[in-house]
Amino acid sequence: MSDAPSNRSDRLWMYTTMVKSRYFEALIKPAYFEGKTPVFNMAKGPLPGEMHLSDGQEPCAVGVCAHLRPGDTVTATHRPHHVAIAKGVDLDAMAAEIFGKASGLSGGRGGHMHLFDARVNFACSGIIAQGLGPAVGAALASKLRGEDHVAVAFLGEGAANQGAFHEALNLASVWKVPAVFVIEDNSYGISVAKRDCTAVERNSDRAAAYAMPGHFVAGNDADTVYRIAGEAIARARRGEGPSLIEIETCRLEGHFMGDAEGYRPKGEVDRLKAADPIPAYRQRLLADGFEAGELDKAEAEARAAVDAAFAAARAAAYPQPEEAFAHVFA
Amino acid sequence: MSSPDAPTVIAPARRLTIARAIAEAIGQEMERDATVLVMGEDIAKLGGVFGTTTGLLDKFGPERVRDTPISETAFIGAATGLAAAGMRPIVELMFVDFFGVCMDAIYNLAAKQCYFSGGQVTCPMVLMTSVGGGYGDAGQHSQTLYATFGHLPGLKVVIPSNAHDAKGLMLAAIRDPNPVVFMYHKALQGMGWLGTVQRSITDVPDADYLVPLDKAKVVREGKDLTLVGLGLSVHQALDAAERLSGEGVSAEVIDLVSIAPLDRQAVRASVRKTGRLLAIDDDYLSYGVGAEILASVCEAGIALRSAPQRIAFPDIPVPFTPVMEHFVLPNADKIVAAVRHMMEPSAND
Ligand SMILES: Cc1ncc(C[n+]2csc(CCOP(=O)(O)OP(=O)(O)O)c2C)c(N)n1
Ligand SMILES: [Mg+2]
Repeated sequence: MSDAPSNRSDRLWMYTTMVKSRYFEALIKPAYFEGKTPVFNMAKGPLPGEMHLSDGQEPCAVGVCAHLRPGDTVTATHRPHHVAIAKGVDLDAMAAEIFGKASGLSGGRGGHMHLFDARVNFACSGIIAQGLGPAVGAALASKLRGEDHVAVAFLGEGAANQGAFHEALNLASVWKVPAVFVIEDNSYGISVAKRDCTAVERNSDRAAAYAMPGHFVAGNDADTVYRIAGEAIARARRGEGPSLIEIETCRLEGHFMGDAEGYRPKGEVDRLKAADPIPAYRQRLLADGFEAGELDKAEAEARAAVDAAFAAARAAAYPQPEEAFAHVFA
Repeated sequence: MSSPDAPTVIAPARRLTIARAIAEAIGQEMERDATVLVMGEDIAKLGGVFGTTTGLLDKFGPERVRDTPISETAFIGAATGLAAAGMRPIVELMFVDFFGVCMDAIYNLAAKQCYFSGGQVTCPMVLMTSVGGGYGDAGQHSQTLYATFGHLPGLKVVIPSNAHDAKGLMLAAIRDPNPVVFMYHKALQGMGWLGTVQRSITDVPDADYLVPLDKAKVVREGKDLTLVGLGLSVHQALDAAERLSGEGVSAEVIDLVSIAPLDRQAVRASVRKTGRLLAIDDDYLSYGVGAEILASVCEAGIALRSAPQRIAFPDIPVPFTPVMEHFVLPNADKIVAAVRHMMEPSAND
């Protein structure tokens, strides 16, 4: 594979991190439906509220985050699990947060759309394109302090039509900050297809309007994302300014759990599942000389970490209700 | 009167959810008035995340039922331009929490178009949005923000508590020459996946009818105290009133229906009769709907038999975890407890 990164340990990490993320969500699925059957009611069960899964989008998270350190900032979206896991967010505390427990990242105040782990500079949000401004700010702070930290904002292709996207790109370029904007193009914003709401075929073309490099990454492949993201992040670290990357990916599940997905053409999900990027990547690694036993062992460790996180989250105590009043102000 | 042997023709009762009632009102008005169009995220193919536009795309086509990009500033701004150009746009932004990104188009543009132009240009548009929490969707998807909109001059703001009112209010809102913010509460919407307060599902006439945008309703008569609510809190107040009647307390319940304009006279008339006032809403407490209700009564100098009270969401963001969220949300238990306290002799001097 000419495209394959030479760094063997990064490739193993990308694979196992994708497996970890996928397995994390595999455990969320049955837990989410607990208490929500036979009548689906979003308020019920141990995981109330909306739940946005990232199955299929793992290559975006790992290909980018493989280049990041704890000191780099990542802002993510309403669909945050894969990115959070790849950024090294504390898995136990993240699971506990999603279950609304006292031991969660935010003591249960934030939930699945509001995961914050200051230890690794990760945050996410439920408002479309909200993370871009903060990423520009984090990048400017790094620049002002003379550090080489970068900031990466993840967003969906639908978010590229939000005003904040355009304002943030312009600002990042004018200030020449070390920021990278990563669009996960899964073809849909809820029910609305990209082609029905976006004036350009590729959002990466929009980079030209803000005088920054724009890359389109086809194929939903971790190695390709790794290569392109590596260039953009290195460029930012060198102080040469921001970049925009759009990654062609796919959403294997509904927009949120319980979505009937009537807007999808027939057979689309089957087609996408047949091209699932994780088994495909495993095949590639095997073809490139990785041992099956080595991959199996790494997978098993990843799954065990997730199992442990879920077991602990389920067993953990809920916070005291009065805790609702803490942390409104510093 | 029909004679005993003649078969009585009774129109079959059509019980609709608020979602269905809204969609029906919009569809009927689109048929009647070619200037009406709907736009927003996921309103065409999907029929609205909360079912408010179900079936409209099939019936009216993509010119009049438009899915938009996630570009709220642009499409809500465009709605004000459409309105100025003589069209009657209905715009949906699915959660009130999302209005932060496009507030300028609403409070500086839609709300002021008529005034700034000295009445030359009007802004007949409806902005509909869902409000409310209680289902674990956390602090960017669970707010109500009634008072935020009620506070802004130039906007009318209505909140239906049941399907009958939803249809009549929507028809009135579309025909009104002003921007109307139409807030529907998720706990009442009748979407299967959200659970629904059954009382919000009502008989809805097929016919065209209007529910005034500026009139509160007495939905239960009583003599000992007045409970004032809107949207979901109307139902909580009714539940509380039912329980209180078992304790010998007769509570009158007012459904505000609209907060801008606010029907202060209806509230005052009731409190003049009962002498006690408790206002309930699920928006943040401070500077809120309850404060406005209490002020309306106090300013009128109405003699009260106990200090007026309000129950609202405390001044904190909406927490995700259900143990915290349900602890802070208003409910019928809290209303009953507050009323018992207000009815104690010591509270009445
Ligand atoms: C400002 C704002 N508008 C609308 C929404 C509702 N909303 C939530 S997710 C979503 C679609 C987002 O699409 P995309 O950016 O492609 O991300 P994806 O869901 O595909 O990951 C929309 C419209 C929101 N959360 N915030
Ligand atoms: Mg998308």
